[in-house]
Amino acid sequence: MSGIFSSSLGKKLIMSITGLFLMLFLVVHLTTNLLLLVGDGSLYNRAAHALATIPLLRIVEFLLAFGFFFHIVYATIITLKNQRTRPIGYNKTASNRVTTWPSKNMYILGFAILAFLVLHLINFFLKLRFGEAPYVEGTEMHNTYLLVSSFFAKYWWYNLIYVISAVLLGLHLSHGFWSAFHTIGLNNNKWLNRLESFAYVYAVIVAVGFTIIPIYFWFAR
Amino acid sequence: MKLKLKIWRQKDAKSKGKFETYYLDSVSPEMSFLEMLDYLNSQLILKGEDPIAFEHDCREGICGSCGLYINGRPHGLKGKTTTCELHLRDFKDGCTIVVEPWRAASFPVIKDLMVDRHAFEKIMQAGGFISTNAGAAQDANAIPVAKPNADEAFDAASCIGCGACVAACKNSSAMLFIAAKVSQLALLPQGRIEAKERVKRMVAKMDELGFGGCTNTRACEAECPKGISISHIARLNREYYAAKFSD
Repeated sequence: MSGIFSSSLGKKLIMSITGLFLMLFLVVHLTTNLLLLVGDGSLYNRAAHALATIPLLRIVEFLLAFGFFFHIVYATIITLKNQRTRPIGYNKTASNRVTTWPSKNMYILGFAILAFLVLHLINFFLKLRFGEAPYVEGTEMHNTYLLVSSFFAKYWWYNLIYVISAVLLGLHLSHGFWSAFHTIGLNNNKWLNRLESFAYVYAVIVAVGFTIIPIYFWFAR
Repeated sequence: MKLKLKIWRQKDAKSKGKFETYYLDSVSPEMSFLEMLDYLNSQLILKGEDPIAFEHDCREGICGSCGLYINGRPHGLKGKTTTCELHLRDFKDGCTIVVEPWRAASFPVIKDLMVDRHAFEKIMQAGGFISTNAGAAQDANAIPVAKPNADEAFDAASCIGCGACVAACKNSSAMLFIAAKVSQLALLPQGRIEAKERVKRMVAKMDELGFGGCTNTRACEAECPKGISISHIARLNREYYAAKFSD
């Protein structure tokens, strides 16, 4: 295993594994968030409380932070190296039929998602962990439902930012999903098109799923 | 037909190049692209000018010499052809054709449209072969090979090493080239013996020579004149990680 992570393929392996982990997280995050749309929000509050208090999940939270950290750091290392490989560019470039826009702009999309992530953590995570988030009356449990629903009912521009970010995340995933499997070697002629199709399905589910929430609370206000 | 040509001219590796514009007034649509360049060169020579340097050899799409970046794509816009297989009938009368050399730090320009592709040879020397004692050829059926493997190895072996993959890739990555060479041998019993060492050495050499990493944009596959699939890159990744993890 010596020196695997100093090679270009080793660095890509880190991107791939952290990417797969983050995509798994998105599934959990979206599933939990969709509970916002169910009933009076008590189910969502209990789910959010459980996720924040179960000791094992606090460890997973650290893993998640590490996942984001390595995904971002190695994306930067790889992008910087790749940018040095063509000192003189072409005068004229034409597009081909298979290369997608997201595949060529993963770092830009990733950067936009990182900017959103910072905002998102300030909006919710920091308030819940360190700030003055509301509690469900008579309990030790945060009223996360109230925090989220009132937030999305209040500022239309925040809703717009959340919707745009969900779309950008979807674009990132439309390439990232199949690319992650491809990089770890789980691909062949038969699975290439299948994985690309799954990537689009996954990306649309995530993008639409996260878009529904701010729109729902805006119109339900 | 009439053509306006914008061609990259560069005296030598150290000089700074620039585009020169040339006009051809009466070329036949039946001419091949390289014949058109030959014709242009004969005109330049008659005028006492330096002819345009470009690489060519077999002129039948198998040697991989004639790599030119034409109108924004390696080997032109036709797809699955080499430059020598392009004809002027593939272009519109009166159009402008921009011709550039491959652009990559690992493929420095030697002169005009010629680039130094020694980097590919260095990668091949690092492990793109099988060590075997020469002797009389053994019976063809002595080592059975499954048909799907034989077919896929053959597809990979159709790589002519032209460098279009590097030229097309936004990262100037040589992954499709190496994937084809690794796959061609990894799929056959004769190649399995040295498979682990081979993949490690070829990838290390690729990194050392300054090629970029693969970001799976599929541009290489789209521009490969032999239509080599990026599924070979997935195999290269598998082979590499398996070799590295077994160290």
